[in-house]
Amino acid sequence: MTSLLDIKNLRAGIGGKEILKGLDLTIGAGEVHAIMGPNGTGKSTLSYVLAGREGYEVTSGDILYKGKNLLDLEPNERACDGIFLAFQYPVEIPGVAGTTFLKAALNAVRKHRGEDELDAMQFLKHVRGKAKELGVGDEMLKRAVNVGFSGGEKKRNEVLQMAVLEPSLAILDETDSGLDIDALKVVADGVNAMRSPDRSMLIITHYQRLLGYIEPDHVHVLANGRIVASGGKELAQELEASGYAQYTNADAA
Amino acid sequence: MASKSTRLTAFADHLDGVAATLPRQDLGWLQELRAAARDRYAAAGLPTPRLESWKFTNLNRLPRVGFTAAALAEAPAVDSVPVGAAIAAEGAVVVLVNGRFRADLSNLADLPKGATVLGIADALETQDGLLETHLDRIAGESDASLAALNTAQLADGVYLHLAEGVTLERPLHVISIGAARGEPVAFHPRLLLIAEPGSHGCILESHVGAGDGAYFTNTVVEASVGEGAVLQHYKLQNDHPAAWHTATTGVELAARAVYDSFVLQIGGHMARNEIIARILGSHAECHLNGTYLLRGKQHADNTTLIDHAAPESTSREVYKGVVDDQARGVFQGKILVRRNAQKTDGHQVNKTLLLSRGAEIDSKPELEIYADDVKCGHGATAGELDEDALFYLQARGIDPETARGLLIEAFIGETIDEILRPTMRNALRDIVAGWLTDGRHDGATGNTGVGT
Repeated sequence: MTSLLDIKNLRAGIGGKEILKGLDLTIGAGEVHAIMGPNGTGKSTLSYVLAGREGYEVTSGDILYKGKNLLDLEPNERACDGIFLAFQYPVEIPGVAGTTFLKAALNAVRKHRGEDELDAMQFLKHVRGKAKELGVGDEMLKRAVNVGFSGGEKKRNEVLQMAVLEPSLAILDETDSGLDIDALKVVADGVNAMRSPDRSMLIITHYQRLLGYIEPDHVHVLANGRIVASGGKELAQELEASGYAQYTNADAA
Repeated sequence: MASKSTRLTAFADHLDGVAATLPRQDLGWLQELRAAARDRYAAAGLPTPRLESWKFTNLNRLPRVGFTAAALAEAPAVDSVPVGAAIAAEGAVVVLVNGRFRADLSNLADLPKGATVLGIADALETQDGLLETHLDRIAGESDASLAALNTAQLADGVYLHLAEGVTLERPLHVISIGAARGEPVAFHPRLLLIAEPGSHGCILESHVGAGDGAYFTNTVVEASVGEGAVLQHYKLQNDHPAAWHTATTGVELAARAVYDSFVLQIGGHMARNEIIARILGSHAECHLNGTYLLRGKQHADNTTLIDHAAPESTSREVYKGVVDDQARGVFQGKILVRRNAQKTDGHQVNKTLLLSRGAEIDSKPELEIYADDVKCGHGATAGELDEDALFYLQARGIDPETARGLLIEAFIGETIDEILRPTMRNALRDIVAGWLTDGRHDGATGNTGVGT
């Protein structure tokens, strides 16, 4: 079968500084991939390049998504086409109610898919069930987006958005950072509930911890801007025991 | 720059021309008022940028437009209120066309007993005692030459009187229509609002254009809010794109009075709204809030003075604006706390979003405090839309225009939420949303200026 995402020899950076230096990665439909690596090796850069953040320049290479050139699409077009980035640091947006935001997002995505837009009542009905599973109450839904949320609330809110928007490719950027064990479990359960043959995931993480809850099909090590090792879920456990030094040193040598 | 003589003689011919047309020339006190104002105006002339309070707004080009006094120009054929331009509200409506009360377009049914609404010219016939007491008392500052220009030819406008304890449930909506056909006209509406002790009222002002030419509207509003009275006062300046709009509003607050003001400026070529609120009694509350939404080459100035002349009163001021293209906003906010005004609680905020590199805001907060036991603060910021927030919204599928609109509405929403009257919040939010939509249409036809 064809892959959902195909990244070939990607070189990209920000402010003239190259961070990704020839990255290759292929993700098939329904697969869960984890990218691990030390800080500063380009994990977040990869997530921003995939989501289309302004300021990140791709100097060479290709990204094919659903067979199309992803780099031709604006961030909102990518999102409508099923790419979802769960932010490491979800942005606070004062004055914009969570429901207003999520309704605008869902209707943008539905419109793109050729589905009818939902009115306020239909929307609330659609969201409430999913919100409840993630421990997101009506009060939290109505508050301004992420404003005054705890770390755990922000991450639960990210997973709720993912559940509502039903992406084809979910990128989870350090979703475990700042979570205690209970919050981690809620978030992981939410993500696991969304695993499906139609949905691929790319989990970006520094630690093996999250992968104990969300079991990946494939694990890659990112060091110095490239994938330097790939394997099954056991690779994550090896890294936990031995650390990243062997990869960073080998690459530097 | 206009010469000194131009500045001093501007509109002098108007004053000569209209003198014979003014109503109630038989009233000695009124003629004295007009003559004194004329002397003040003749001495000062139009304000110049050399005056501290006019540093950022320049009227030098105003006399060169070549305005005719509206009272001497051909009467415009206005037989309805321009649809959609005014605030959407229920209640009584008073329509002024080029400053003249139009009974045929107004609707003053359903006013409660004790609420009197008249055109100023009519009020001069029947209420001249109260008018003599109040007219020009509040806005008649010696250095306010635009107010003097208005008073010197005082002819018509709106008179509202709320007797002691009377409640006006629904707002009174003053719609001031500027209508010029080819020839630019100047007019000077006058509003006198008297809320006697314990009364409650809400007055709306919508300033809109009906014709196809430039006009100069120079309004003076005087409001007296008596002991324990509540006056809500919400204004929309949505004048014709070629219009010049100046307004001087003087307010007096007695003890325990509440004055809740909001000014939304979206129209006109050049606009200045000046509010002078004097707090003369304790435990009064004065709220001056507003928003300016500017694009193209618009210029809008909001200048306020809150004068705490009595102890233990509160003032709150939130002005937020959005400036695009090569437009320019001005905010000057002064809080004066006099020596005896102990325990004053005053706070002022001005924030502006600049949407393009050519946009400008001049913000001048000013605290002048002579009492030693007060709580006063101010803050002013200017910035661009939050790029992180824009990306976050787009990363959820929301297109850039909608994302910008959501952030702008949220930004402005913080000041609209200050309005005491909930129905008015919704009405003004709709106007903000309409402004954003207009901008998109402009964008589609290529009229919008540079982005970043």
